[in-house]
Amino acid sequence: MSSDIHSSAPRTPAPPQTPAPPQASRLDTTEHAAATPDTELPWAELGLKEDEYARVREILGRRPTGAELAMYSVMWSEHCSYKSSKAHLRQFGEKAPHSDALLVGIGENAGVVDIGQGYAVTFKVESHNHPSYVEPYQGAATGVGGIVRDIIAMGARPVAVVDPLRFGAPEHPDTRRVVSGVVAGIGGYGNCLGLPNIGGEVVFDSCYQGNPLVNAGAIGVMRHEDIHLAKAAGTGNKVILYGARTGGDGIGGASILASETFEDSSGKPAKRPAVQVGDPFQEKLLIECTLEAFAERLVVGIQDLGAAGLSCATSELASNGSGGMRVELDDVPLRDSTLSPEEILMSESQERMCAVVEPSKVERFLAICEKWDVTATVVGEVTDGDRLEIYWHGEKIVDVDPRTVAHEGPVYQRPYARPSWQDALQADDAGKLPRPVDGKELREQVLRLVASPNQADKSWITSQYDHLVQGNTVLAQREDAGMIRVDEETNLGVALATDGNGRYAKLDPYTGAQLALSEAYRNVAATGAEPLAITDCLNFGSPEDPDVMWQFVEAIRGLADGCRQLGTPVTGGNVSLYNQTGETAVHPTPVVGVLGVIDDVTRRTPIAFAQEGQLLYLLGDTREELGGSAWSQVVHDHLGGMPPAVDLERERLLGEILVSASRDGMIDAAHDLSDGGLVQAVVESCLKGGKGARLVVPDGIDPFVLLFSESQGRAVVAVPRSEEVRFNDMCGARGLPVTRIGVVDGEEVELQGQFSIPLSELRTAHRETIPALFG
Amino acid sequence: MTARIGVVTFPGSLDDKDALRAVRIAGAEPVSLWHRDTSLHQVDAIVLPGGFSYGDYLRCGAIARFSPVMQTILEQARAGMPVLGICNGFQVLCESHLLPGALTRNDHMHFVCRDQKLRVENADTAWTVDYSAGQEITVPLKNGEGGYVADERTLDELEAEGRVVFRYLDGNPNGSRRDIAGITNAAGNVVGLMPHPEHAVESLTGPTTEGLGFFTSAITTLKKMVHA
Repeated sequence: MSSDIHSSAPRTPAPPQTPAPPQASRLDTTEHAAATPDTELPWAELGLKEDEYARVREILGRRPTGAELAMYSVMWSEHCSYKSSKAHLRQFGEKAPHSDALLVGIGENAGVVDIGQGYAVTFKVESHNHPSYVEPYQGAATGVGGIVRDIIAMGARPVAVVDPLRFGAPEHPDTRRVVSGVVAGIGGYGNCLGLPNIGGEVVFDSCYQGNPLVNAGAIGVMRHEDIHLAKAAGTGNKVILYGARTGGDGIGGASILASETFEDSSGKPAKRPAVQVGDPFQEKLLIECTLEAFAERLVVGIQDLGAAGLSCATSELASNGSGGMRVELDDVPLRDSTLSPEEILMSESQERMCAVVEPSKVERFLAICEKWDVTATVVGEVTDGDRLEIYWHGEKIVDVDPRTVAHEGPVYQRPYARPSWQDALQADDAGKLPRPVDGKELREQVLRLVASPNQADKSWITSQYDHLVQGNTVLAQREDAGMIRVDEETNLGVALATDGNGRYAKLDPYTGAQLALSEAYRNVAATGAEPLAITDCLNFGSPEDPDVMWQFVEAIRGLADGCRQLGTPVTGGNVSLYNQTGETAVHPTPVVGVLGVIDDVTRRTPIAFAQEGQLLYLLGDTREELGGSAWSQVVHDHLGGMPPAVDLERERLLGEILVSASRDGMIDAAHDLSDGGLVQAVVESCLKGGKGARLVVPDGIDPFVLLFSESQGRAVVAVPRSEEVRFNDMCGARGLPVTRIGVVDGEEVELQGQFSIPLSELRTAHRETIPALFG
Repeated sequence: MTARIGVVTFPGSLDDKDALRAVRIAGAEPVSLWHRDTSLHQVDAIVLPGGFSYGDYLRCGAIARFSPVMQTILEQARAGMPVLGICNGFQVLCESHLLPGALTRNDHMHFVCRDQKLRVENADTAWTVDYSAGQEITVPLKNGEGGYVADERTLDELEAEGRVVFRYLDGNPNGSRRDIAGITNAAGNVVGLMPHPEHAVESLTGPTTEGLGFFTSAITTLKKMVHA
């Protein structure tokens, strides 16, 4: 697909919030700022609070210049500084389980994990929620672009992307606009970049109506010795800006867009958003030329330009390095020659990177960029001081300690309290909802469930993504996790699953975060890979609302505790706050990505029930757990009670069994049980394999509970008859409850004595919903 | 002697590594060619891979046609060298007028990535001799601009001369005229198609291994050419 991004892109309106130099005729130099202490600056319009501005003045010992104000305002925004979340995110480090696998931890562009054989993997999920509501195509596209640059900035070759997505109510007239744009944007960018899209989620809920969650994840692979970090070391080393030219797009995006709600309840005019515009072709060239420069060991330090653009890249590189940095802003290649220095510093033009290169290697670095037709310019150098100094027309307009910009921003202890409505919500037990009374009603509700937008087949969406490019995709969408072959000789591979259930988290955020972790962990294990480490993308409402802040704090506590118990460290993550329209926050939505490693991808376990006669076993315990369930939503439009109970020890045991069974060839298919319960998993596996299933209700369990309960720590597996004894013995020996529930057979899904549904009817119900809504 | 099969990388080529792998699995020696090369480095056959050459911001393949490497390929193709264009490569071949017609935006306006059943209509081209006429194969398809169009006269001519090499079965994925998935030139050495045989060469990663025949066909053809 050739998408004419250049011509169709909306021209970004000139942002009204850009600080003009106090006197139009005069450049606001540091000298001028010192001489004119009383000049008023538009700090409030740029999103700084009064005390934050006072602190900037205190740090500098004078008023900031317009350029300095631009830098502090974007870097101290919620999006860049994590000022509301920092105090709580520390738990991920403090409670981190010991892991030999972690090579680079939290704080870098992305964490790095050892997967053996000298390979390391970096992976991360980021949000691009607000831009994707304003301009769905470009918002989603640049979300993919940004996460991919994070991966290459670590020295890795990107090998796959995933997209956890949440949209408003499917029947709402605006949802179609957002869904179509986001899906086309992800496809338009990712497909053109040559990265297989191997997973993610699509969830609909009216709470996301005015604020979709567009999270983008990526995985990269490198050799251990190729890990690169964002730091500018070595006096005299050159700072090279390369990639796209700098334009007026996305100016102020970080401070305004990502950190404030769109509408001000006080009736003031809404701030005009500024969404960046992506060029995937430029990004593809950037990937190739960066990797070639890495391969020749030309790079000392590297940083991608994302939120806050050059402000972020220069201050972070300098802050992480040993010296200072001097930048000549005149040398930055521009798309628009009328940009002011403040705008150049704040621009979020996409597809740009910043590398620190030894002087003797600059020529070679530039030659590689030339080979790939990538514009590259030396814009500065590492100095022996500890200041970041930026010059414009020969005059100094920025003179700051980079640490105060990049790392020593404000930290807030936002007040939080358990919401007054939480108890009532939890008391509204889903167990009291009317249930199907006979087989006929069960049958009808099964069909409704698998046809509901959240449980329906999402091929209409995922078939717009290329999941095959690079030729290493072992498992992709509709499987429990995506899986990529890393080494063609040894068949070493990695798996990644992302999960999150906002309904569960709304009922209980601590449990909800652990449920997201449990599910992603289980999904990875179900493919036969061993879960190794996690990343997260925490999507919440306004941190200034104590209810939301409580949800956030609880979720982090839950996730950190869960990771410690499972032994899977958090390698990094992303926080997205202010996800709400007006006063209404989205469901707290912690999305967790679990990375697994598999020593031989040829033994991967798919979900498809493809062999007639194989035995179906349900692993784990089924209790009556309906709070937050898909059934309660689809049949009763209900959200209340407690989410399913978490048992991480059970998850670990189940994971071990699934991996062992894969290794020893005891199972031919496995599907984790999550939203929609057993019946959803069985239907998906049957449709994927094109075979039916005859199920029996085990003694002592209600057929309705068997089908729809969402008890955790469960999976359904298909066992060849020859392996039945061995598999049972293994589960018995390790203490995992295992129940034979049926056999792969025929052209129907049948629950004995209750109902049967032909596969063709299930297929129609499951596959036609999404195209009917959005096609 | 091992056949040397070159795969061209344009800026924006994406399936070049996949094509190189397919060449290797088929038993030939894969050779990477760069768009600025004027020499073909003694290759015996050429694959133009899928992707978005030069971003495809103009018409797909319209810029690639003018690259230095294409000038040499044009000469060699006219002299009988086997050339296969896959997806974007097919678009480049049409833009270069080595093959007639053009590829347009899918009729449903969406990018589509799925497994696609094809019928091999002509098993006599340089890239299909290892198949049999009428054979049905399944390989992945992924494109946003894969709708094959040509005027009626050209289409009639292609049909009459047996130059429709592949036809879509079980549903036309992009609105291609007469379900055409791939065509050849009159000499049978240049073949272009939208589906991706290079993604169906390993059971681990492909829906089938039925795409391998393209690459073994080229090897078979080259052997015959040497012996002729």
